[in-house]
Amino acid sequence: MENVIGLAPWLVGFPLLGAAVLLLGGRATDRWGHWLGVAASTAAAVTGFVLLFAMISTPAEERVVDHHLWTWLSAGGLDVDLGVRLDPLSMTFVMLVTFVGTLIHVYSVAYMAHDPHRRRFFAYLNLFVAAMLTLVLADSYLLLFVGWEGVGLASYLLIGFWDHKRPNAVAAKKAFVMNRVGDMGLIAAMALIFANVGSVQFADVLPAAAGELSGVGASTATWTAVALCLLLAACGKSAQFPLQAWLGDAMAGPTPVSALIHAATMVTAGVYLMVRSAPILEAAPTAQLVVVCVGAVTLIFGAVVGCAKDDIKKALAASTMSQIGYMMLAAGLGPVGYGFAIFHLLTHGFFKAGLFLGAGSVMHGMDDEVDMRRFGGLSRFLPVTWITMGLGWLAILGVFPFSGFWSKDGIIETAFVPVDGQPWRAWLFGSVALVGAAITAFYMSRLFFMTFGGQRRWDDDHHPHESPALMTVPMIILAIGSVALGGLLAVGGTFTTWLEPVTGHAEHGEPVIPFWPLVILTHVLVIGAALLAFRQYAVSRVPVTAPRGSLLTRAARRDLFQDATNETLVMLPGQVLTRSLVYGDKAVVDGGWLGLGATVTQVGEKVRGMQNGYARSYAAMILTGVLVIAGVAGIAAAVSQ
Amino acid sequence: MIPDFTAPLIDWAALAPLLVVLGAGVVGVLVEAFVPDAVRRATQITLALAALAATVVLIVLRWGLIVGSDGAPGVSDVLVGGTVMVTPFALALQGTIVVLAFLGALVVADRTSSGQDAFAPTAAAVPGTSYEDLARRAGLQQTEVYPLLMFATGGMMLFVATDDLLMMFVALEVLSLPLYVLCATARRRRLLSQEAAAKYFLLGAFASALFIFGVALIYGFAGTVRLIGDEDKPGVIRRVLSGDAPLDGMTVLVVAGILLVLVGLLFKLGAVPFHAWTPDVYAGAPTPITGFMAACTKVAAVGALVKVLYTLVVGLPPEVGEQLRTVVIVVAILTMALGTVVGAVQTDIKRLLAYSSIAHAGFLLVAVAGINLESLRAVLFYMVAYGVATVGAFGVVTLVRERTVVPGRADGADGEDGVVLGEATHLSQWAGLGRRAPWLTAAFALFLLSMAGIPLTAGFVAKFGAFGAAVAGDLWWLAVVGVLASVVAVFFYVRVIVLMMFTPPAEEQLLAGAEARAQEAATGTGDEAEAAEASSGAEPAGGGVATETRTEVARTVVTVVGSRGPAAVAIAVCAVATLVLGVFPGPVLELAGEAIKFVP
Amino acid sequence: MTNPYVPVLVLMAVAAVLALGGVAASAVIGPKRYNRAKLDAYECGIEPTPHATGGGRLPIKYYLVAMTFIVFDIEVVFLYPWAVDFTTLATFGLVAMLGFLALITVPFVYEWRRGGFDWV
Repeated sequence: MENVIGLAPWLVGFPLLGAAVLLLGGRATDRWGHWLGVAASTAAAVTGFVLLFAMISTPAEERVVDHHLWTWLSAGGLDVDLGVRLDPLSMTFVMLVTFVGTLIHVYSVAYMAHDPHRRRFFAYLNLFVAAMLTLVLADSYLLLFVGWEGVGLASYLLIGFWDHKRPNAVAAKKAFVMNRVGDMGLIAAMALIFANVGSVQFADVLPAAAGELSGVGASTATWTAVALCLLLAACGKSAQFPLQAWLGDAMAGPTPVSALIHAATMVTAGVYLMVRSAPILEAAPTAQLVVVCVGAVTLIFGAVVGCAKDDIKKALAASTMSQIGYMMLAAGLGPVGYGFAIFHLLTHGFFKAGLFLGAGSVMHGMDDEVDMRRFGGLSRFLPVTWITMGLGWLAILGVFPFSGFWSKDGIIETAFVPVDGQPWRAWLFGSVALVGAAITAFYMSRLFFMTFGGQRRWDDDHHPHESPALMTVPMIILAIGSVALGGLLAVGGTFTTWLEPVTGHAEHGEPVIPFWPLVILTHVLVIGAALLAFRQYAVSRVPVTAPRGSLLTRAARRDLFQDATNETLVMLPGQVLTRSLVYGDKAVVDGGWLGLGATVTQVGEKVRGMQNGYARSYAAMILTGVLVIAGVAGIAAAVSQ
Repeated sequence: MIPDFTAPLIDWAALAPLLVVLGAGVVGVLVEAFVPDAVRRATQITLALAALAATVVLIVLRWGLIVGSDGAPGVSDVLVGGTVMVTPFALALQGTIVVLAFLGALVVADRTSSGQDAFAPTAAAVPGTSYEDLARRAGLQQTEVYPLLMFATGGMMLFVATDDLLMMFVALEVLSLPLYVLCATARRRRLLSQEAAAKYFLLGAFASALFIFGVALIYGFAGTVRLIGDEDKPGVIRRVLSGDAPLDGMTVLVVAGILLVLVGLLFKLGAVPFHAWTPDVYAGAPTPITGFMAACTKVAAVGALVKVLYTLVVGLPPEVGEQLRTVVIVVAILTMALGTVVGAVQTDIKRLLAYSSIAHAGFLLVAVAGINLESLRAVLFYMVAYGVATVGAFGVVTLVRERTVVPGRADGADGEDGVVLGEATHLSQWAGLGRRAPWLTAAFALFLLSMAGIPLTAGFVAKFGAFGAAVAGDLWWLAVVGVLASVVAVFFYVRVIVLMMFTPPAEEQLLAGAEARAQEAATGTGDEAEAAEASSGAEPAGGGVATETRTEVARTVVTVVGSRGPAAVAIAVCAVATLVLGVFPGPVLELAGEAIKFVP
Repeated sequence: MTNPYVPVLVLMAVAAVLALGGVAASAVIGPKRYNRAKLDAYECGIEPTPHATGGGRLPIKYYLVAMTFIVFDIEVVFLYPWAVDFTTLATFGLVAMLGFLALITVPFVYEWRRGGFDWV
C-alpha cells in the first residue's frame, strides 16, 4: 500500500490534466480531444485498479492510509494540509467514478459525435471526474469542499451545455443555486467543526466526534448542529427533500451527463458525506433520526413523482432521487446501514447509469424524443438497448439475484431492525422502504413497458435504429454489472467486511419481520406492482396525449408542487428582499462607493496639481517634508515625555 | 599622520559577487573602448547577462555557506575591512537585486521586432537636431547602457550590505549616478527623457546632500559613522550602550541626524513627501530602465532603510525609537494615501505604474514601521513579489506601441503597414488590447492583480506579510489603514484590466485617442506633461514624439510589437514567478525566514 | 555664560538677514526698467548664441575637458593623502593605490578610444 500510495494524486491528476489541455488547447485539439478525454479517464481507472489491488493485498487494519502531500495554507491556528485519504470507502468511489466514468466517456464519443462542441464536453467531463475524485480522496473537509464545489461547477457547466436553449440555461442555474443552499450547510459545518475541534482534517475530527480523543470534543448539541449542517449539504448535492427540485430539470444536460453525474456519482456525494462523517452522526442520535426521515420522505416523494412522469429522463431522475432516499435512509440507521448505503450506491451506480445510457440510446434512435407516450414497441428496433435496459430494470426492481436485490433488500431489512429498542421506528421506516420498493417496481415497469412494450406510438418521421458499438458496448458492460455485481460482492458479506475499516464492525440486529418472510413479501409486492404496470402499459393502449388523470397524478406531474412551494416560500420573499436590497444598494452602498470614487478622483485631481513638473517645486516639497517629519518627531518626543 | 595602521582584513569570497558585477562594469567600459561597433552590442549583452548570472551563482554558494554556519561571527556577518557587512539578510537582498537586475537586463536587451531598442543613438545630441538624425541613420547605438546598468546594480548591492554610513553614501552615489544618465537615454520623447534625468539628478543631489548632512550630525554626536561596528571600532550603538557617547541633551542632534539619513533613503524609495520625482522620472526614462529602476532601486532603498531603522530602534533607547517610528508611520500613511489617490486619476500607463510604485512604498513602510524581525522578512518577500510584477509590467509596456497609418489606409488594420513609433502609453490606447494580444494582456493583468494584492498572486502573500509585520509590531490600526488603501488601489488596477479586456477596441476610439495623444504631444497640453513640457522651456513641438516621424504624428494606431526573445522570456518568468509565489509561497517565505536568522 | 553655540546662531541670523534683506530691499526700492538685454539669459558676459538653424552641436569639447579634468582631479585628491602617509600605509596602501590608478585609467582609455581627444 505504502509503495503505491504515491499514485493516488494521479487519480485526480490525469483527468485534471486532460481538462486543462482540452480547455487551454482550444480548437487545435478538436480533432482528437475526445480521445484524449477518454484516455485521461482510462488512465485514472487503471491507476484506480492498481491501487485497488494494492489495497486488497494489504491486511484490513492497514487499509486506511492518509497520504500527506503538502501544507496548503497555514494561517493562524488553521493549518490545512493537503492530502489524500485512501481507504476502502474512497477506494469504492474511486472505482465507481473511474470505471463507470470511463464507460460513459466512451459512450459519449459516439453520442456527441455530431456536436460541434464535443471537445468542450469532454473537457468538462474530465473536469468532473477530477473534481469528484478530489471530493472522495480528500483527507479534510476543506479539500472535500474543493471537490464538492468542483463537481457543482462541472454539473452546472454540463447541465447548461446546450445553453443556447433558454430552459437549459435556467436549469443549470437552478441546480447551481439550490446546490449553493446546501453548500452553506457544509461551510457552516466546517466552521462549527473548526471552532470546536480546531482542525478540519478527518484524522482529527472523526476521532474527536467518536470521543476517542481526550480534551477535544464537543457537546451532543454541537455535534447535532454539525450533523444537521452536513445533512443540509448532502440534501443539496443529492437532491434530497427539501432541496430536491433541481434534479428533474438537470436532465436538460446531455444524457451521458445525466448518467454519470446525475445518477451514478455526483448526486451520491451526499451519501458519501454522511458515511464519511459517520462518527459525527453517531454522536448525534437526533440528527440520525432526521437523516432517516429525510431519506424516507425523499424515497416516497421520488417514487410518486416517478409514476407520473412521461419524460423518460425525468422519470429516471425521479427514480434516482428515490433510490438515493434509500441510501440516505440506510446511512441514518447506523453502522449496519452504512455498508448497505454504500453497497446500494455502488450497484445503483451501475444499473442507473446503464438505464440512463439506454434512455440515451433510445433517444439517439428516436431523434431526441423523450416522451414515453410516443415510444412503444421499440424492443424489435433496439434489441441491445432493450436487453440491457431490461437487465437494469430487473436490477432496480430488486429481483433475486440481480444486483439491486442484494443492496436494496439489505436496506429494507436493516430498516426493519429496531433502533434503541424502539419498534415503532422499525415498523415505520421498514414499511416506508417496503412500500417504496413496490412503487419503484411500478414506475420502473411503467417506463420499461411504455418504451419497449405495447404498440408503436411514434410517427413515420421517426426511424428507430440501434446505436453504434461505441454506445452499446458500455451499455452491455454496465448491464453485466447490474446483473452480477451485487451477488458477487454480497455473498459472504464481502462488501460490508471490506468497508469495516471505515464504518466499523456492527452486529446485525434482529428485524421485526424475520428475514425469509421479508424477502418473500418484498418479491410479492414488487412482482405484483410490475404486473400491474404490465397490464396497464403493455397490454392496454397507452394514449399518446396524457389523460388529465387523478388529483395525485396531476400533482405528481408537477413534482408534487415542489417548484410552486419553493417559489412561494423562498423565491417570492427572496425577490422582495433582493428588490429592497437592490434599492438600498443603489441608494446607500453605490452612493457611498461612487461617492468614495468621486471623492478620490477629486482629491486626486487636487493633489495632482502639486505635481507641476518644476524641479524647484519638488525640491521645496522635499524641504517641507524634512520640516514636517522633524515636526512629527518633535511632537512624538513631546508626547512621550 | 596615522599613528598605527594595520591593513584591514578583506574577505574576498564575501566580496566576490559585488566584485564580479562592478568588474563587469569596468570591463564593459573597456569593451566600449576597444570592441568594434559590429559586435559591441552583442558583447556587452553577453558580458552583462553572464556577470549577473555568475553573481547569482556566487550568492547562492555564499548563502549555503553562511546560513549553514550557525551564526559564527566572521562568517555570518562578515565585516570586510569593517565597512562591508554581508549578513544573510544583506545577501538575500543582494540576491533579489541581482535576479531582478537580470530580468530587467533582459528587457533592456530586447530590440523587439521593430528592430530598435529603447535607447537613443546618441543620448548627448540635442533633441530634434539634424545631428540626431545623422546619428540615427549612421546606426549608432548607445551600448554604454550595459556597463551603466552593472555599476548601478553593484551600487545597490553595496548599499544594502554595509554598516558604515559613509560607505552607504558612496554606494548611494554609485547606484544613482548611472541611473541619472540612463534616464536621459530614451530613444523617443527625448525632451521628456532628458528633463527626467535633469530632475532626477537635481533632486537626487539634494537628497544626497541631506543624507550626508545627517551622517555629519551623527558623526558629530558619536564620533563614528558606523552603526554597530565591532570591538575595535565601536559604532554609534555600541558607543551609546557603553556610555562613550552619552545621549543626555544630545537626543535632538541624534534624531535630526538619523532623520536626515532617513530622508535620503526615503527619497530613493519614493515615499511621500519625497516622491515628487517618481512620476516624472518613471515616465521620462526609457521603459526598460524604468522597470529596472522601479524594481531594483526599491529593493536597495527599502532594504537599507529597514536595516538601518531596525538597528537603530532596537539599539537606541526607546524614546528615540518611538520618535523614529512615529515618523515612519506618518510617512507610510501619507505615501499610501497619495499613491493610491493620485494614481486613480492617471491617464498614462507609465505614470500610473509610477504612482503604483509610490503606493507600494507606502505598503512597504507599513511593514517597516512594525520594526521587528517580521518586518525584515516581510520586506524581503514583498520586494521579490513586487519586483517581478514591476519588471514584467514595464516589459509589457515596451511592447505596446504606436504605429503610423499609411495615408489612404484609414483603418490601419494591416499590421505590416506604417512605422512603429514609441510606446502607446495613454490609457485610452490600451482599450481592447486583450483581443490583439491575449497572452500579453493576460500577463499584464496578472502583474496588476499581483500589485493589487489579489489572492493566488504573489502580491497577496506579500501584502499579507507586510500587514502582518505591522500587527506583530502592535500597529494593527496601521495595518487597517493599509488594507483600506489597498482597497482604493484595487480600483485603479482593475480599471486598467477592465479597459484592456472588456472595452471594445473601437477603431475610431483608438484613432481619437491617438490623435488626442499626438495633439497633446504637439502642443504640450494634457495632464502633467503640460507643466513638464513648459518647464523644459524649449521646442514645444515634437518634443514628446519620436524623432523620425515629426511630420506624421496625426494618425497612429496601437500595435503590439513582437519581442525578439529576451523580453518575452523576462515577462514569462515574471508571470510564472508571480503565480507560483502566490500559490506556493512556502519555499521563498522559508528562505526569507532564514535570511533573518542572524540579525543582531 | 550662555551656551557656546549662541554666537553661531547669531551669525546665522545675520547671514539670513543680509541675504534675504538684500533681495527684499532691491525688490522694494529698486527701479524696475526692463529692456531686451536685461531680460536675456546671462552667459558670462558673452551674448547668448541662438542654435544654428536645423539644430547644431553643443560645444561638447567643453564637457570632455571637464570630464578629463575630473579624472585627474580625483586621482590627485587621493594621491596627496596617500603620499603623506606613504610609509605608514606600506604595501597595502601601495597595492590599493595601484588598483585605484588602474581603475581611473579605464575611463581615460574610454575617452581616448572614443575620440575624446581628437580636438582638431
